[in-house]
Amino acid sequence: MDQETRLQMLHDMLLARAFEERAAEEYTKGNIGGFLHLYPGEEAVAVGVLHAAEPSDYVVSTYREHVHAMVRGMPPGVVMAELFGKRDGCSRGMGGSMHLFDRERRFMGGYAIVGETYPVAIGIGYAIAMRKLPEAVICFFGDGAVNQGTFHESLNMAALWKLPVLFVCENNHYQIGTEIHRHSAVTEVYRRACAHRIPARKADGMDVFEVHQATRMALDQIRQDTGPYLLEFETYRFRGHSMADPGTYRPKVEVQAKEKEDPVAVAIAETLPGYPTAEQIAAAGTDSITRMTDTMNAGGHLPGDTLQRIEAQVAQEVEEAVAFAQASPEPTMEDARAALDCNRGMEVLI
Amino acid sequence: MTEEVFYWQALNRALDAELAADDAVFVLGEDVGLYGGSYRVTEGLYAKYGEWRVRDTPISEGSFTGLGVGAALAGMRPVVEIMTINFSLLALDAIVNMAAKVPFMSGGQFPMPLVVRMPGGVAKQLAAQHSQRLEQMYMNVPGLRLAVPSTPQDAWWQLRQAIRSDEPIVLLEHELLYFSKGPLDVTAGAPPMHRAAVRRKGADLTLVAWSRMVDLSLRAAGRLAEQGIEVEVIDLRSLRPIDWDTCAESVQRTHNLLVVEEDSGFAGAGAEVVATLGERCFFDLDAPPRRLAAEELPIPYNRNLEAACIPTVSGIVQTVKEMLEGGENP
Ligand SMILES: Cc1ncc(C[n+]2csc(CCOP(=O)(O)OP(=O)(O)O)c2C)c(N)n1
Ligand SMILES: [Mg+2]
Repeated sequence: MDQETRLQMLHDMLLARAFEERAAEEYTKGNIGGFLHLYPGEEAVAVGVLHAAEPSDYVVSTYREHVHAMVRGMPPGVVMAELFGKRDGCSRGMGGSMHLFDRERRFMGGYAIVGETYPVAIGIGYAIAMRKLPEAVICFFGDGAVNQGTFHESLNMAALWKLPVLFVCENNHYQIGTEIHRHSAVTEVYRRACAHRIPARKADGMDVFEVHQATRMALDQIRQDTGPYLLEFETYRFRGHSMADPGTYRPKVEVQAKEKEDPVAVAIAETLPGYPTAEQIAAAGTDSITRMTDTMNAGGHLPGDTLQRIEAQVAQEVEEAVAFAQASPEPTMEDARAALDCNRGMEVLI
Repeated sequence: MTEEVFYWQALNRALDAELAADDAVFVLGEDVGLYGGSYRVTEGLYAKYGEWRVRDTPISEGSFTGLGVGAALAGMRPVVEIMTINFSLLALDAIVNMAAKVPFMSGGQFPMPLVVRMPGGVAKQLAAQHSQRLEQMYMNVPGLRLAVPSTPQDAWWQLRQAIRSDEPIVLLEHELLYFSKGPLDVTAGAPPMHRAAVRRKGADLTLVAWSRMVDLSLRAAGRLAEQGIEVEVIDLRSLRPIDWDTCAESVQRTHNLLVVEEDSGFAGAGAEVVATLGERCFFDLDAPPRRLAAEELPIPYNRNLEAACIPTVSGIVQTVKEMLEGGENP
């Protein structure tokens, strides 16, 4: 991996956390409404996976997708504007946090009905395979989503027709308040793939370099026309399921144990509002971000004040994103109708 | 014996009472157990009745609702909770193709004591996939019943009646009603599950509504009364079947009909009300009946647009005045 990629990945990790923490703050201020599902703790998955993908690959994601969108190049301001419901948001204020779309960047959507990402992904995969293109689809889903019928149905079709789909499970061990061993008889998600003859493996979702490497290998294989691949990344979310969830179902000891892995999160109280301070981030130990910086330091890849420089840059980007969102106008009812009728062309209905 | 409780508490007590009364009753759904339910409806029941009677399920709506059908066929009285009506689209096969059909297809051999509870409605910026109402979809299924409680008292009565009934029943709650309060008297005798309720008497116009729109309609009626217009507000309480007699009797007195519905009007529940009452009361009506419904749009995420999509108190006031006074603005 070259230094430029490494630094870009570090930037994306830091941006991911800073952006999400700011989103939480804006939610408590009332600037963001609805359901807001945040990503702190899981950054290494989106950053590692998507840096291993090509710009021509497609991404299909869930309602916890702000970071995926930004790593794919969607400007933070455009994402923040969507969270604010503004006209300059990526979905013109019609979709909100759970429905980010960007056709140009092949970001094919945030879907909020659990289990929708698989069929959409295999459909895109079908379109690619039919035209024999060198592209792939990356399909994100949670551990709770593997018990939806569409998971099994889609995996079967993907394998049957050798579709170029990379299934990526973000296993944070919870389906809202239900822990994985209470929702799944087989708790190692990757093992389910063998039922459909899909190669699969599990990797450490807190280690961005491991995630990146595993994804590279899987995508290389997919591009040989061998069909789909499934990757399971074990990770953990430090906040509640959404901003509406206090997270009280998780034993304090469990959260604390995970926080040991991620001292940034020590400061992330499970209840609102709780954001780590700059000092607490500085005191970080081995969470995915700190693990990344440790590895980079050990390899001599973080010389001088590189980290501080990127942190300052990210803080600036988040400020600008909020300013952009605030300045953006509200959409109108005409905008809403135009969005609904976008495929009607010139046809005039009686 | 009357107490002020939240709507969710009334449902919670109804479940508790029925779980205690009959061992065949059990509850299942996502996060209904340990977590206590997304809207607290099943709070405390897991600790009291254990995991076999209050079951946390995987995210498998099609199959756990189908499980409810199978268990009902085998003599149980399942109460399936679907987190919101939006996800019930994944359980339509179980509800429409199975629960509503098996008693009939078997020539009347099987009872189907299945209750499927779920909230619908526009809440607070939950966007297009999480803001659907869809009641007309379940209204259109012979073999199903659809109850739409708008108060804690009705939530208590209708859920208990639904659990005791041998017919498959969809109990459609509303996300914004869970944390509304109202009186609950657990000793009062219940009216039939499908009986409409006249919530306010009035001589000038019959306003038909259900679920959350009842509250808005009553507030509008209050404002109109200050201006000398007396609106009769009927809460349907049940959308299949509909208590036509109560509605027709009212229209025959007021000679005017307005339906207020939270869903889009096209092919909606209000269309059914206007069509049937139009047939029954054509010669009683002084003016064409009207519907005040939501915009023909998926619900936008943006706060202002969301609010502009569904009926409001002032919108109801204005519509009533237009109907009675020929377009004069309030
Ligand atoms: C079909 C459907 N059922 C239920 C829900 C409500 N819901 C939203 S997220 C979620 C949990 C999903 O857990 P998981 O797949 O592990 O993803 P995570 O939120 O942990 O990232 C549930 C039950 C939904 N959105 N769609
Ligand atoms: Mg999960």
